[in-house]
Amino acid sequence: MADLRIIGLHKYYGSVHAVRGVDLEIPAGEFTVLVGQSGCGKSTLLRTIAGLEDADAGTIEIAGEVVNDQPPRSRDIAMVFQNYALYPYMKVYDNIAFGLRARRTPRDEIETKVRSAARMLAIDHLLDRYPRQLSGGQLQRVAIGRAIVRNARLYLFDEPLSNLDAQLRDEMRGEIKRLHQELGKTMIYVTHDQIEAMTMADRIVLLRDGKIEQQGAPLDLYERPATRYVAGFLGSPSMNFVPATVAAIDGGYGVHLADGTVLALPVARSGKLAARRDQPVLLGVRPEHMSRAVPGDTRPGRAPHNALIDLVQPTGARTYATFRLGGAEVVAELQAHDVSQPGERIELAIDMNRVVLIDPSTEAVIS
Amino acid sequence: MSLGRRRNLQLTLRFAGAVALTLFFLFPIYWLFMISFKTPEEIFSYPPQWWPGRIQFDNYAVLFKDGDATTVWNSFVVAGLSTVAAMFLGTICAYSLARFRTGGEHLANWIISQRMVPPIAVVFPIFLLYVFFGWVDTYFGLILLYTAFNLPYVIWMMRGYILDIPQALEEAALVDGYTRWQVLWKVVFPMSRAGLFATAIFTFVFAWNEFLFALVLTRTEVTTYTVQVTHYFGGQSNFWAKISAMSVLGTVPIFIVVGFMQRYLVRGISLGAVKG
Repeated sequence: MADLRIIGLHKYYGSVHAVRGVDLEIPAGEFTVLVGQSGCGKSTLLRTIAGLEDADAGTIEIAGEVVNDQPPRSRDIAMVFQNYALYPYMKVYDNIAFGLRARRTPRDEIETKVRSAARMLAIDHLLDRYPRQLSGGQLQRVAIGRAIVRNARLYLFDEPLSNLDAQLRDEMRGEIKRLHQELGKTMIYVTHDQIEAMTMADRIVLLRDGKIEQQGAPLDLYERPATRYVAGFLGSPSMNFVPATVAAIDGGYGVHLADGTVLALPVARSGKLAARRDQPVLLGVRPEHMSRAVPGDTRPGRAPHNALIDLVQPTGARTYATFRLGGAEVVAELQAHDVSQPGERIELAIDMNRVVLIDPSTEAVIS
Repeated sequence: MSLGRRRNLQLTLRFAGAVALTLFFLFPIYWLFMISFKTPEEIFSYPPQWWPGRIQFDNYAVLFKDGDATTVWNSFVVAGLSTVAAMFLGTICAYSLARFRTGGEHLANWIISQRMVPPIAVVFPIFLLYVFFGWVDTYFGLILLYTAFNLPYVIWMMRGYILDIPQALEEAALVDGYTRWQVLWKVVFPMSRAGLFATAIFTFVFAWNEFLFALVLTRTEVTTYTVQVTHYFGGQSNFWAKISAMSVLGTVPIFIVVGFMQRYLVRGISLGAVKG
């Protein structure tokens, strides 16, 4: 089982600098998700690992072996493509067996492996069909089958679910994660969808403009983002950002908002703020950290706020309420039946233990 | 009701038109075949005889006895081998142009421009060259020339078909353990099969019908049937029986080739048409 190590990787497309110095280590057996907006270099990085693109600088090691100069077939990698990449002139069976035949696997071994992979993916009844006779979800299963039937060192997935409809995507997400648990293989998965990243990854590598913005366990990134970009990228609806000024309040610290609101921060979180007194910051609050104030709630760090609801968006399980806070439009995640009408005024409690403060000039998270 | 009747009328008219047009185009071929089975008296009889009194193969027998029929074989060898060579080389070149951007943006345009050279402009320099190399009146000489002449067309067509193949199909094969050559064989050829056959047919037909180069570059050994037919047009009289029989021999192989590949031909041409 391989671990992958990438050191100082650069990739250019003509004058476009697609990957700008990526260092990355992936331990064996881990499910890593490369996530970022389109054009951030995540697919390029994956294709370079596969050997479909040449690295312009840096090294790629698989299991301690530098593979930069090896063609894709020598790297012992299996890959699932966005558009399935199935051969229309071959039956499902032959599509799955295609990679095994390249490696001169004995015929009866191919048969065993193909059938067991097909069973695992619940496509064993489709082996005699042609790809054109299958639905999108079935096609993607076949594409995954073609990868897992190979006993490869490394499995790469290039946005494999982006062509499926939402319901099927949810289902396949779970299946791929289950496959990873069963096979225990090293998998690298590229997506632009932060929900896929959060739900599937052992580790998220968030890319921005060809560089790694932050990497770590999903909940680490979610709860302790290093930058405003990470804070805003993960989470749906995304984090609210409100311009504010650091202020001394009652012996501790807090923030002043443009509309005069004062929000005190818990003592534990005030440490780094002394040096920034009266300086501007960006207050980041996740929607789920603003809730209806409970009378008599004495838990520390709850800052009250009276909000005039502007827009109500029920989703069934939750209701999203939009209002203005410190001059910015923010969204709070409330109970399903909590508010019903725009124009209502409600008392909210903002959980100041969970907010992040961001330096507006560097966009780095301060505390 | 009246709508249905109008529709029926329309269909009938359309069908009648199609039949008339087909007969119009088939008649010369029918006439050619009939002449080849007639005796000299029947050929020149007036009013013309629509059907020979007795189907006889004397006209063909003469061609085989004199050895003239071997010119059809010569045509077949030259057209067949040059088609194979042009398809093989052209497809590889096309793949290189399509996938590795060999020669940048404009090399493909330059290559197809070579196809537009009128043969007459180059036939005499080529003749002198061939005399120098001793290639006149050899299979090799004609095959080489037809291959070279067809190559730009093959490259141009195949490049279009290859560009239509999703690149991920090839990448999947590369990752799965195949070499570029294997990918060409196992992915590119099957994926562009319709285009391959269509292009091969056009290439074959060009070489089969070619006259000018064959006239200048052959003497007696590898004369092709197109050149041979002209020998039957004499100053005093034309040997219609031989002309027609030889023409039939020259037509039948094309019928067979196109008949077998019709399926691919239609798809291949329409593929190209959509591509523009």
